Amino acid sequence: MTFHPKIDYRELHRSARQLPFDDGKPFAYTAENRARLEEIAKRYPPEGRRSAILPALYLVQRQIGFISLNAITHVAEAIGCTAADVEDVVSFYTMFYTRPVGKYVVQVCRTLPCALRGAERVTEELTAALGTGPNGTDPTGTFTLMEVECLGACDRAPLVMVNDSWHECVSPESVKALVERLRSQGEAALSGCHHQDPDRAGG
Amino acid sequence: MEPILTKRIRESQSYTLDGYLKNEGYEGLRKALAMTPAQVIDLIKASGLKGRGGAGFPAGMKWQFVVKDTPKPKYIVCNGDESEPGTFKDHLLMERNPHLLFEGCLIACHAIGAKVAYIYIRGEFLHVQRVLEQQLEAAYAKGYVGRNVMGLGFDCDIYIHRGAGAYEAGEETALLESLEGKRAQPRLKPPFPAVAGLYGAPTAVNNVETLSNVPLILLRGAEWYAAIGPEKNGGPKLYCVSGHVAKPGVYETSMKTTLRQLIFDFAGGVRDGRPLKAVIPGGSSVPILLPDQLDVEASFDAVARAGSLLGSAGIIVLDDTTCMVWLAWNLLRFYRHESCGKCTPCREGTEWLVNILDKIERGDGEMKDLALVESVSNLIAGKTLCAFGDAAATPTLTTLKNFRGEYEAHVREGRCTVPAPWRRRSAAPVHSHR
Repeated sequence: MTFHPKIDYRELHRSARQLPFDDGKPFAYTAENRARLEEIAKRYPPEGRRSAILPALYLVQRQIGFISLNAITHVAEAIGCTAADVEDVVSFYTMFYTRPVGKYVVQVCRTLPCALRGAERVTEELTAALGTGPNGTDPTGTFTLMEVECLGACDRAPLVMVNDSWHECVSPESVKALVERLRSQGEAALSGCHHQDPDRAGG
Repeated sequence: MEPILTKRIRESQSYTLDGYLKNEGYEGLRKALAMTPAQVIDLIKASGLKGRGGAGFPAGMKWQFVVKDTPKPKYIVCNGDESEPGTFKDHLLMERNPHLLFEGCLIACHAIGAKVAYIYIRGEFLHVQRVLEQQLEAAYAKGYVGRNVMGLGFDCDIYIHRGAGAYEAGEETALLESLEGKRAQPRLKPPFPAVAGLYGAPTAVNNVETLSNVPLILLRGAEWYAAIGPEKNGGPKLYCVSGHVAKPGVYETSMKTTLRQLIFDFAGGVRDGRPLKAVIPGGSSVPILLPDQLDVEASFDAVARAGSLLGSAGIIVLDDTTCMVWLAWNLLRFYRHESCGKCTPCREGTEWLVNILDKIERGDGEMKDLALVESVSNLIAGKTLCAFGDAAATPTLTTLKNFRGEYEAHVREGRCTVPAPWRRRSAAPVHSHR
């Protein structure tokens, strides 16, 4: 299929979709997560049980680190919808990982306000320091590097988010030391969000 | 103007329920519950409160449109998806003043006759969500939310719902879809959410900052509120200043303040004393203003008269090292990634624009590509279900209008003519899809 002599649509078009990843392992919620899901589902009216899909997927991701094919089927059964409904959601939102990821998912904001303050250089330095480029995981499975769109912290640009925690005002020069601290101290190496410390809050 | 919404954000315990109660916390709600819903709506209308999410639609009108005679429940949905590049004000309000938002949600529920409010918060704000959840629990425990609020016979629940990374979820009908557990794609309107919103029930969707203004109006009155700003642009406003300024941050002031004051007096001017090249005054989706256009009030109306939009009040400042072709490419890459894919012009058009801009920025562009960029942009703008299409076409159209010479120089010289030290040194990946 091609609409343009110079563009290979098989490669470029969004229809080149990725199927859910089958890791060959069965999936079931732990009793705790299953109970948590039912607790969350009470927030929505009975006809709105499908609203619990996003929280249900976060529970999967917390349990096994990504959303597998079998997890999609399990979530569909737990919610009472089709697996296609769940896959539809998984494939749309960027925060659900459709493949296994490293222990630390390092996400660099690349949108304009961060880019203006050096995010592109930060990604270059991270690529060198982590041993993987964007959308890849290093051979030891420790780091996955991703470039993401605006994280909403433009006043503390460039922002890097590691798993769910923030590290603000990252300079290209500081990247190497940050990665070393991440290796030794884990997420404790991160600055967090400045609002958590009122003295640094605001403008 | 003395800060009002952010007055106590630097006090370490001001975000707690105790801290909030010490400063007239939940007193606005008490006043509201002594009034009829219609009186509350009239008061908000009289204050002139405009929606702070981007469109600037009067909040009182939005509530008035919510269908009253219906057997269905009604809902307030708070839009805390804050995803517009250059915007980071709701984050501050939610994290440092959560009870103000809860109080606003409760008053809104009373006004439209809802028993439930959902706060939809973007997935990347987990640390903010934790504060909200902790404080909500405290408010429930002390009877400010839940059954028989403050012993006044008012029942209202507030729930927090976490998004999962989708810019489009900031559009109100897409947000409702997302809240219903579907892809965040906009709905065909009408029917508007006021008639058929969440689960098909009448719904009002309001931004975090909008709802946070509501308790102030109840406490101090509509006249006090309106007098803070210029005509029809009343109340305090949060501005997010980012990019090449000395002191990026959130600044609260009246809409009488000019854009120039915000950039030079509040945010300390351009970083390293460099010359100012241009300003995007309302988040990445609005047209650029040039340095000689900044002596206007940063109000919804005045910025519109100057040829741009106040939008979400995300002021992105650009110094002379900023390449405008690169800027358009960066933003179009954002819009391509975030296009929800529902409408063909936006889904396919953003893809085309990224490809052509990439080619020009690399130095492989031809003069005819400029006309192509313009044509594709115009084929997106105004031809989609939601405002995303107009937003996506804006970076190219506004840079072509104001900096066409830069595009031509790229083509003529076969390279980027405004390289900057803060940009990548290796060649950009020609096509990365993720």
